[in-house]
Amino acid sequence: MKTTKTKLTRRKSAAKANVRTPAAPTRGDLGALLVSGNFRLVDLTQTLSPDFPTIVLPPEFGQCRPFRMEEVSRYDERGPGWYWNNVSFGEHSGTHFDAPIHWISGRDLPNNSVDTLPIAHFIAPACVIDCSAQAKADADFLLTAALVKRWEQRHSRIPAGAWVLMRTDWSKRNDPVAYQNLDDTGQHTPGPDPDCVRFLVNERDVLGFGTETIGTDAGQAAHFAPPYPCHYYMHGAGKYGLQCLCNLDLLPATGALIVAAPLKILQGSGSPLRVFAIVPAE
Amino acid sequence: MAQVVKRPKRKNPVERTRLPTLPPATRSRVALGLTAAAARGRFELQVCRDCGAVQYPPREVCRICLSQRLFWRRQDGMGELISDTTLHAAQELFFRERLPWRIGDVRLDSGVNVIAYVHHNVGAPPCRIRIEAALDRSGQAALVAMPERGRPALSDDPKLREMTCNPRARKILVTDGKSAVGQAVARALAAAGADLIWIGMAEPWKKSAGFDALRELPQAKVVPLDVTDSRSVRELAGEIGGKVDILVNTSDCHRAFSLAARRGVETAQLEMDVNYFGLLRLAQEFAPTLKARAADGDANAIAWVNVLSVFALSNYPPHGTYSASKAAAWSLSQNLRADLRPAGVRVINLFPGPVDDEWDQLEMPPKLSPAALAAALVQSLQGSVEDVYPGDVAQDWLARNLESPKTLERELGEFDR
Ligand SMILES: [Zn+2]
Ligand SMILES: [Zn+2]
Repeated sequence: MKTTKTKLTRRKSAAKANVRTPAAPTRGDLGALLVSGNFRLVDLTQTLSPDFPTIVLPPEFGQCRPFRMEEVSRYDERGPGWYWNNVSFGEHSGTHFDAPIHWISGRDLPNNSVDTLPIAHFIAPACVIDCSAQAKADADFLLTAALVKRWEQRHSRIPAGAWVLMRTDWSKRNDPVAYQNLDDTGQHTPGPDPDCVRFLVNERDVLGFGTETIGTDAGQAAHFAPPYPCHYYMHGAGKYGLQCLCNLDLLPATGALIVAAPLKILQGSGSPLRVFAIVPAE
Repeated sequence: MAQVVKRPKRKNPVERTRLPTLPPATRSRVALGLTAAAARGRFELQVCRDCGAVQYPPREVCRICLSQRLFWRRQDGMGELISDTTLHAAQELFFRERLPWRIGDVRLDSGVNVIAYVHHNVGAPPCRIRIEAALDRSGQAALVAMPERGRPALSDDPKLREMTCNPRARKILVTDGKSAVGQAVARALAAAGADLIWIGMAEPWKKSAGFDALRELPQAKVVPLDVTDSRSVRELAGEIGGKVDILVNTSDCHRAFSLAARRGVETAQLEMDVNYFGLLRLAQEFAPTLKARAADGDANAIAWVNVLSVFALSNYPPHGTYSASKAAAWSLSQNLRADLRPAGVRVINLFPGPVDDEWDQLEMPPKLSPAALAAALVQSLQGSVEDVYPGDVAQDWLARNLESPKTLERELGEFDR
């Protein structure tokens, strides 16, 4: 394992959880870590509920079906001793995983659907870039390559194969109207700019990009060149997406391991999933 | 004079909620012809094809020439009130609870005598009157003698008011207020004197033009309701189900076009989920309480309105999957009607033709404006009908469908898109 020494910058505030930047444990010493009990788990998943909004597209397009739940029986005449539901949802509802096949740019890649992607990718280190202050000030805030490089100066170089998670505290918007943040010019939510995505894909070879908002792209990304650059470049390079994450504020900037294993859906383009982080104790 | 309907007094929680009683509902098969016409707001009697005699009561053979060739024909209802009487005793529970009750003997100009309820604006006999066929609380046709002039409403008479579902002073749920039709309906109900209008709102993050202005109606209260979400319907029914007097189902999804115009079933499923399963969810959660409150004093549950489509009658291929979902909803509404009728709660279906909204953009005029549809809806509540075909297109389709469903199917199938 790489033993990058914890880098402390002068500007850090001792109270903040994300100032220490230990390297994530590799899979080799993961076992030792789990046995030691010297870690905490952070659930990064929103509850799948009918009230949780799905992505908004013009109504003439096909739509992502929102999470729905119909009771099969509840210890009653429909099933005397048991309670269960039938659920339905689009692959891209709630906290979910985007596979490369989701985008046209990734359609011809090998192992590009959730049933075929390499299982080794289900556990990977995370770099958490805190953009919460900027996102609070500007809903259309865009993460740039320059800001990512500045983050690297403060913490460490983003290792190949890591998740880059954009913390915006957007998940704290409990009101779905504020969460969607739509007006008649579309959605206003933060995300990466095209150059930033190219940098993460080409220069850093990340595993994927994760956000707290409803997409990995910014709300206005339909107007970028190319449209939806995070989907376009990430999936075109076989990278993944995670969206509608929460609790990113409970993660250190580096050092956490993300467990993200989508459902094994035949030719699935993504799936809701339980995402959590293993955070070694400091 | 129009009777001023005041907001009912608050319920005394110590008193039992009474159970509904109904006027006698049994009719012979042939007598249901009177009901079939009344359900569409018409007064029809049988006429003999051979001798031209008008018949009453409905029968199998002509009262004059014994011909079996009788057909139903619209009547103007003009006649004379010969005598009247006021009942002060009755064996039927329904009348017993409502005594005294005025009835009269009427000689129609067409030559038959009928016994009819008498509107309280009708003077002492003998006098000219006009007979209307209205639906009573058991959903059957009953004849009412109205004044010849002045055109008072049924609901102006405190006894006959029960034959209507007048929205005045009522608490009403409009299931979707985001559509143009939903908004027009909410406004029309407010103008008709509704006391409180709950306006359902699905997917609050999607703004719809004009919706925010609805909130300014003093009667309006926006409530979360998504008819595709069983939990949402159940929660709203738990919250307000015990107060709703009239439920107006404006929830509608109109997306797919012809069978061949869209691949896959996703969009058709969405239409079905709103138009058919939405009605099913609403019915399962709201109908039981409506039935239980059907005799809840002046603040009782009285009606359920569905905005269907004339496309339900016969599939209109340019809107093929939508037609199918509306046909399914129509079928289910008949189930709902059978379920609610024993409680005296009326189910009114509206079958508009193309509506002047986004999804009928490519339909040629005439198109029904949302406001005209809403006006027809309010009128159907103020009157005494079950099935309403508002606008010229709907009337035309109805007539063609009554004449020959097969011909209509073939004609509708010849579209060039
Ligand atoms: Zn997605
Ligand atoms: Zn005859």
